[in-house]
Amino acid sequence: MSHGQLLVFELTILVLAIFLGFEVISKVPTLLHTPLMSGTNAIHGIVIVGAILVMGSGGKDTLTWVIGFVAVILASANVVGGFVVTDRMLEMFKRRRPERTPADDDGNPPPPQ
Amino acid sequence: MSRTTSDLLYLVTIVTFILALRFLSRPDTARLGNWIGAAGMLLAIAVTLAKSEVVSYWEIALGMVIGGGFGAIAARRVKMTDMPQMVALFNGVGGGAAALISWAEFHRKVPASGNLKLDIGIAIMLSALIGSISFAGSMVAFAKLQELIKGRPITYPGQQLVNGLVFGAAVAAGITIAAGGEEQWLMWGLLVFAAVFGVLFVLPIGGADMPVVISLLNAFTGLAAAATGFELENNVLIVSGMLVGASGTLLTLMMSRAMNRSIANVLFGAFGQVSPAAAASAESVGGTVRSASAEDVAVMLAYAHKVVVVPGYGLAVAQAQHDVRQLADLLEEKGVEVSYAIHPVAGRMPGHMNVLLAEANVPYPQLKEMDEANPEFARTDVVLVVGANDVVNPDARNNQGSAIYGMPILNVDQAQTVVVLKRSMSPGFAGIENPLFFNPKTVMLFGDAKDSITKLIGDVKGL
Repeated sequence: MSHGQLLVFELTILVLAIFLGFEVISKVPTLLHTPLMSGTNAIHGIVIVGAILVMGSGGKDTLTWVIGFVAVILASANVVGGFVVTDRMLEMFKRRRPERTPADDDGNPPPPQ
Repeated sequence: MSRTTSDLLYLVTIVTFILALRFLSRPDTARLGNWIGAAGMLLAIAVTLAKSEVVSYWEIALGMVIGGGFGAIAARRVKMTDMPQMVALFNGVGGGAAALISWAEFHRKVPASGNLKLDIGIAIMLSALIGSISFAGSMVAFAKLQELIKGRPITYPGQQLVNGLVFGAAVAAGITIAAGGEEQWLMWGLLVFAAVFGVLFVLPIGGADMPVVISLLNAFTGLAAAATGFELENNVLIVSGMLVGASGTLLTLMMSRAMNRSIANVLFGAFGQVSPAAAASAESVGGTVRSASAEDVAVMLAYAHKVVVVPGYGLAVAQAQHDVRQLADLLEEKGVEVSYAIHPVAGRMPGHMNVLLAEANVPYPQLKEMDEANPEFARTDVVLVVGANDVVNPDARNNQGSAIYGMPILNVDQAQTVVVLKRSMSPGFAGIENPLFFNPKTVMLFGDAKDSITKLIGDVKGL
């Protein structure tokens, strides 16, 4: 593939990803805003792939190595921290996810005793 | 591993990320979604390490152990109340990594090839610029939430002009790079000016708006990651980064809608700058504040039919969620109906308060969202406001001059009695006066939320 063709291909998937990103989270309850933010935060930790490629490729000078090394450290913190924090947030909801009975949903208080 | 194989496996990672986002937006599948995303990330890392051009495994492993170890320990140790600043911190380091990648790529490509291709140059400029802004901005957000620096907005005359000039300088350095400038100092200039802009950009924003800002910076980091994908000709970076960029932008809009504020207002409104009119109104409201003892409040609570607890950040800070639940249990034994009214932005992030109360084992059906809770206040005997302030401020409804005018609030002033547990009369996180405290229906119970609740538990037991 020529450089031009590759670029057009990359732009194509970029644009598709924009639309997909908007579609995929169309309806989120407020309850999940923070965990979702934290989850997307973990996903952009994918820069670790870039950091590994920069640092790992041979034939480089000291400066590139140092920058790459720091980038690997930062990106791994992003990945691990991001997923762990998200899991901790969601763990809180796990134990009693609602067996919400219809009675709880109608919004009326139970009859006074 | 051949390029074809690795690209195919990267496609698997992309699919897991899409599923992760899909699952994360539903309560019953959210946790699974997070795990799916983590599995996809693991696959992407393994595939990248197996690429033939990657040779220095040990150094990479060392870096991953240091970074991953820090991330794991920090994320495990952090208290649930401090989650928002953790998200800011991890977002910032991700942005920093993206900026560093483009620096390394610039450094590596320029001397070898003689000149940079235009599209690669643009990608390098964008990821360095956005990544650096995201890094510095997130660090300021972290410092503000951690209260290392003042949470209140910091403003000075000519601020927008200074910000504009700094941003312009960063962009100028970036355009020079994209146009083929090969001097290394151009990159340093770009990174430094972008970082300074990131600091200046977040500094004037008040603490109450921080979640929206973090969400926006989160989307920024996604964009920076996508741009590094163009530098490295890597699909998984492009797609995953852009997915976060797009969904993060949408999430930012949803959050600001939950607070009924436009993004522009959040970013440039210098929230908390009390306009003279609002200040005047707060003063004119000013008058008597009734304070009560714990015994008085205990009696009110124990003999009420319906009590609604409105938790706010003060409850989280005091770690009083467990004590509040204990008090609620006690009241329920006495036949009082207890529920919790959760404002969408109670705490410091949307959904933050639900997490904290769930941690204290508060039964899920007792948690009422704002729309569900508001019609109930008129039928409520006592509202117990624990460390909440701005989300119950009637100025948001009544006073057009107020900085929070238009924000949907919990209409606690419709209840028979409002008991406000508060440390002192100081204005809240957003720095705005609250006329609720001067309402004749309101009594204040001053003191640390946890101490006050403990006293109330004792007094209710003694009745």
